[in-house]
Amino acid sequence: MALIRMRQAVLQALDDAMADDPAVFCMGEDIGAAGGPFKVTEGLIDRHGPDRVIDTPISEMAFLGAGVGAAVCGMKPVVEMMFIEFIGVALDQLLTQAATMRYLSRGRFSVPMVVRASAGAGQGFGCQHSQMLDHWMRGTPGLKLAVASGARSAYGLLRAAIDDPDPVVVLEPRILYGEREDWEVDRSYRLTLGRGEVRRKGGAVTLVTCGAMLRVALEAAEAVDAEVIDLLSLWPWDQAMVLESVARTGRLVTLEEAPKGTGWGGAVVAEVVAAAFGHLKAPPHRITLPEAPVPYNGALEARYLPTAEYVAAQVTHLVATGTTPQPWWTE
Amino acid sequence: MTQQNTPTPLSRRAALSDRRAQLARMIEIREVEAAIQALFSEGHVRGSTHLANGQEAVAVGIARALDPDDVVTCTYRGHGHALALGVTPLGVIGEICGRVVGCAGGLGGSMHLVGPEVGLLPTFAIIGAGLPVSCGAAMAAVARGTDRVSVAIFGDGTANIGAFHESLNFAAIRRLPVIFVCENNLYGEYTRINLSTPVEDIAIRAQSYAMPGIVVDGQEADAVAEAMAVAVARARAGEGPTLVEVKTYRYSGHSRSDPATYRPPGELDAWRARDPINLFADRLTAERLLTGDDLAAMTTDVRAEVAAAVAEALAAPEPGIGEIFAHVDAASGAEEVRWNFWSK
Repeated sequence: MALIRMRQAVLQALDDAMADDPAVFCMGEDIGAAGGPFKVTEGLIDRHGPDRVIDTPISEMAFLGAGVGAAVCGMKPVVEMMFIEFIGVALDQLLTQAATMRYLSRGRFSVPMVVRASAGAGQGFGCQHSQMLDHWMRGTPGLKLAVASGARSAYGLLRAAIDDPDPVVVLEPRILYGEREDWEVDRSYRLTLGRGEVRRKGGAVTLVTCGAMLRVALEAAEAVDAEVIDLLSLWPWDQAMVLESVARTGRLVTLEEAPKGTGWGGAVVAEVVAAAFGHLKAPPHRITLPEAPVPYNGALEARYLPTAEYVAAQVTHLVATGTTPQPWWTE
Repeated sequence: MTQQNTPTPLSRRAALSDRRAQLARMIEIREVEAAIQALFSEGHVRGSTHLANGQEAVAVGIARALDPDDVVTCTYRGHGHALALGVTPLGVIGEICGRVVGCAGGLGGSMHLVGPEVGLLPTFAIIGAGLPVSCGAAMAAVARGTDRVSVAIFGDGTANIGAFHESLNFAAIRRLPVIFVCENNLYGEYTRINLSTPVEDIAIRAQSYAMPGIVVDGQEADAVAEAMAVAVARARAGEGPTLVEVKTYRYSGHSRSDPATYRPPGELDAWRARDPINLFADRLTAERLLTGDDLAAMTTDVRAEVAAAVAEALAAPEPGIGEIFAHVDAASGAEEVRWNFWSK
């Protein structure tokens, strides 16, 4: 085994996919000559040339839409959004066009396009460059949504997304790009979109999370005997895995990098309550961000994001009392 | 009619090489839209529908200049373009009536006509959405080493949305084989162009993106076809995109609920005086391809065909409940019939 950073895994996935299939090409702002602001695509243009590693103008609507058109016509574009917020000006192309092309053509056209984007908080980028924004896309019929949580999952999700015949969004928590994981690249490695992973077995509570919150959950779990599920995909998501786990543990906690109003945990809790009500020993609990923009100040941003200690205390309260704890900002 | 003789989208497209067929197609577009209007009044059409009567020369002129595997994106005002490109009257009327014989199986409706065999992507119901997609289709054509072109058809209202500017810029810097066709019918929905757009000619905006901008008389089918041919040749030769502005007029309001009372008096009559069907009939008469009562006879024939299509559409079944779930994604259980341009 070898230590590999998540950014290297993403680069390797793109490199391997382009080597394996001439229809794959990459497109985005500064991904070519500059190698990307986070060095995710460093050297890719040297290996595959400027016709397949394309620097675009700062025109997200144009180049995401071009991805749709190229995909319809037999290519497999991988479109990069430098920060997920930038997709705001291009959502029509993703949600309204890409996601309905197959439907409106009654299966004669498809959009095998991948949109990958850096996302999430923790590095002082301020409130307009630190959100996850998965709720903008989650739940759209015809569109899949995945979130990487490290080097291995980034590789496995991205390769699966590129293989997929329909449009897929892969969010890459920016804070994890430099994180190392002990994993040897296997170019046949794929994760199954829509499936989660049990990352730690436990008996007291099912702790469901994804993305950069996974490492927080895993650290917290040591103190509270939690079973930790990394959802990996937020749409569709692995209901069977969560329900099976909750049936054993009797408790559900979600750990989400989103304010409560937009977080994916609402859907998870609703499904579990409806389908596993009889198994629950305590009300489900959601650990989320406060209902406030991401603060820039380092101390405030650190407070804003759930820590392992905070998660452990929240879970401990739930297990010990059978009631849901208050979030820190209302105490 | 035997199965063999039933026109297909491809055979209908090929037929457009004939001058009289070009006129017949323009009449067909006019008559199909009249039928749609009637079907609306009779309650067979849901939602809304957007007519383009008066713009028939634009549709036929564009279709004449393209090959069937050139890729076209078009707006929700697309009945005429779909028919011109080759989609059958039954495919269009059936779709608008929500029947299985519709070109999208009755799941799309008036705003979402589609014709894969003749290069038509599902028509776009969001202003500007087709332009970036056309850029991508052109990228694919280049990447796959073909000389195919893509065409984005849109209205004058689109010239003020970001997608227009982003797409022209994107196509220009990559020298993509795209022809941007602006159908300037003077109205963006209910608003006259002088209230929304500070330039009279949309084509002037091509200058900002270092591409040719051409203004064409949209009432003359030949003028449209000739301008398109120049732009298409330029694109096929790898010389990049062109913006073609076609001056035309829609006789109806924006959609079925719009009586178009906002138009200045006399404007409609002035445009009707240059009706594209009459102008083209005059031209064919001058070419000795049309004589005496030919136009009336042709119109009678087309009306009968359209009436037959209406009857067949209304007699056709509605889609089954299962169609709600079909083709949402590859895993939705429906048979995948992936259309593959350029590998036929």
